[in-house]
Amino acid sequence: MLLATRVVFVRAMRLSLRNPTWIVIGLTQPILYLALFGPLLRKMNQLPGFPPGSWWQVFVPGLLIQLGIFGALFVGFGLVAEYRAGVIEQMRVTPAPRMALLLGRVLRDVIVLVVQALVLTVAAVVFGMRAPIVGVVVAFVLVALLGAACASVSYAVALITKSEDVLAPLLNTVAVPVLLLSGILLPMSLAPGWLRTLSEINPFSHVVDGIRSLFRGDFGSADTMWGLIVGAIIVALGLIFGARTFQRESA
Amino acid sequence: MITARGLARTYRTRRGTVEAVRGVDLDVDAGEIVGFLGPNGAGKTTTLRMLSTLIAPTAGEATVAGCDLRTDPVGVRRHIGYVAQSGSTAPEATIGEELVDHALLYGISKSTATARGRELIDQLDLRGLWERQTKTLSGGQRRRLDVAMGLINGARLIFLDEPTTGLDPQARANLWEHVRRLRGDLGATVFLTTHYLDEADALCDRILVIDDGQIVATGTPEELKRRISGDLITLTVADPATAPAAAQVATGRSSGGDSASVETDASTVRFRVDNGARALPALLRDLTAAGVDLDGVEVRRPSLDDVFLTLTGRTLRDDIPA
Ligand SMILES: Nc1ncnc2c1ncn2[C@@H]1O[C@H](COP(=O)(O)OP(=O)(O)OP(=O)(O)O)[C@@H](O)[C@H]1O
Ligand SMILES: [Mg+2]
Repeated sequence: MLLATRVVFVRAMRLSLRNPTWIVIGLTQPILYLALFGPLLRKMNQLPGFPPGSWWQVFVPGLLIQLGIFGALFVGFGLVAEYRAGVIEQMRVTPAPRMALLLGRVLRDVIVLVVQALVLTVAAVVFGMRAPIVGVVVAFVLVALLGAACASVSYAVALITKSEDVLAPLLNTVAVPVLLLSGILLPMSLAPGWLRTLSEINPFSHVVDGIRSLFRGDFGSADTMWGLIVGAIIVALGLIFGARTFQRESA
Repeated sequence: MITARGLARTYRTRRGTVEAVRGVDLDVDAGEIVGFLGPNGAGKTTTLRMLSTLIAPTAGEATVAGCDLRTDPVGVRRHIGYVAQSGSTAPEATIGEELVDHALLYGISKSTATARGRELIDQLDLRGLWERQTKTLSGGQRRRLDVAMGLINGARLIFLDEPTTGLDPQARANLWEHVRRLRGDLGATVFLTTHYLDEADALCDRILVIDDGQIVATGTPEELKRRISGDLITLTVADPATAPAAAQVATGRSSGGDSASVETDASTVRFRVDNGARALPALLRDLTAAGVDLDGVEVRRPSLDDVFLTLTGRTLRDDIPA
């Protein structure tokens, strides 16, 4: 299991690095947000209802989540391409555990994500952000797990649909409302009541709040607790769904 | 090596269900080279994918390499090599990477995998391409890489789905030779699908003919050919006016013995005899006596094409699935 996971991981990583366009695009977008959208927020924290902390501590966690969800949700496209080339079948005909075929790829995505998150955070520090190290590390773990969940859901859906044409609209329909309702760009504490209620239903908004309070250093706060709990639930569900699909579709 | 009973697979599509394979029974012994012959859409790939655990049968059971298909799919996977009909490698990866990674997934060590991979690449005439990205290979080279992928784990039971599609005649002959060597040197069992009757004829010990999801005939190439009575003789007469005379001589000599078994058009006469080579001298003598001048004579042994036509009412070439 571990052995096969490593083989799949090393192979996936090697191929990603050979053609790093996507990694770079995934990286430049949050940095563009940081540089071109961030300054607009600078005055926001004088608004009533803006959460405590510097605007960096509000904004950067949102970008991290965006990176995690968006980046990872779209990895399924790569799988469709691999499927079409016959790579997936050729792997499924080996005795390698089906789980390893999924985990190796997810591991690659998580590592890419963590590196992107690191670059983003370092860039934010250069721009002037200050945040407690421990909080940032815990936030990173959370983002990585969330990325793993989204990636494995994406792979599972890709394996079921086997078509970019189905995958693209499906993912967009899910990802955009989830992003908007999680208060990633502007905190939901600014939202009118109905919108805030909607966003409370969206599990990702709790994770964003959690990461924000981690960036502020409020480790014991309710937001942090809820963020971690909801994050753990999302991760568990995502991984279970991915794993089960890989088992079943490979019967 | 393979025993299957009542193997069936139904696909659900938006427009209803497709019965791709409807109850296939088959037995393949260790060390046999068995050909699975049938037109497009007959169910060859579907059967192969069931036997190699890639898709679950909707009915039936099978034992492959001593392992039960349903209860021990991992055991089956451990003992088989599989060459898919349509590609197996990532365009960005190199030949070497793909071969070694594939072997690693079988738990083969890296050094063994590399040595075996390089040897296969040499044997399949891909020498010097180890470092090449697979997207830069020609179609036939990529096909041979697919074959190498299926052989890298050194399995004793090998499934090849149309292994020679897209290969030039020399590469095809080379692959046949390789398959024979696998059986000769390693005692491997080979189960391959093909559209090419000459391939099945030249390579296989035994042939299963599948049509519309069912096996319609099995036997050695010779046995199948014997189902067609005799060799086909085609006479081309120099002067169309003498065609009736030629047909009359032919009627007396044909295995059918009546005029219905002789086909005539403007200047050709076609009929079957039990043994063409032996019938020819007397036939020519009779024709000369009847004053018929010939432009040409052709004797054709019955081919699997003829067998296929007899079994299914269609030739393999112009088959269009209904
Ligand atoms: N995934 C699928 N969904 C629906 N129908 C399918 C699917 N795969 C195959 N079929 C149908 O099942 C039948 C058998 O297909 P199969 O691929 O086994 O044929 P084949 O004998 O390998 O043909 P070919 O010589 O073209 O490779 C065909 O009618 C095909 O359209
Ligand atoms: Mg096929």
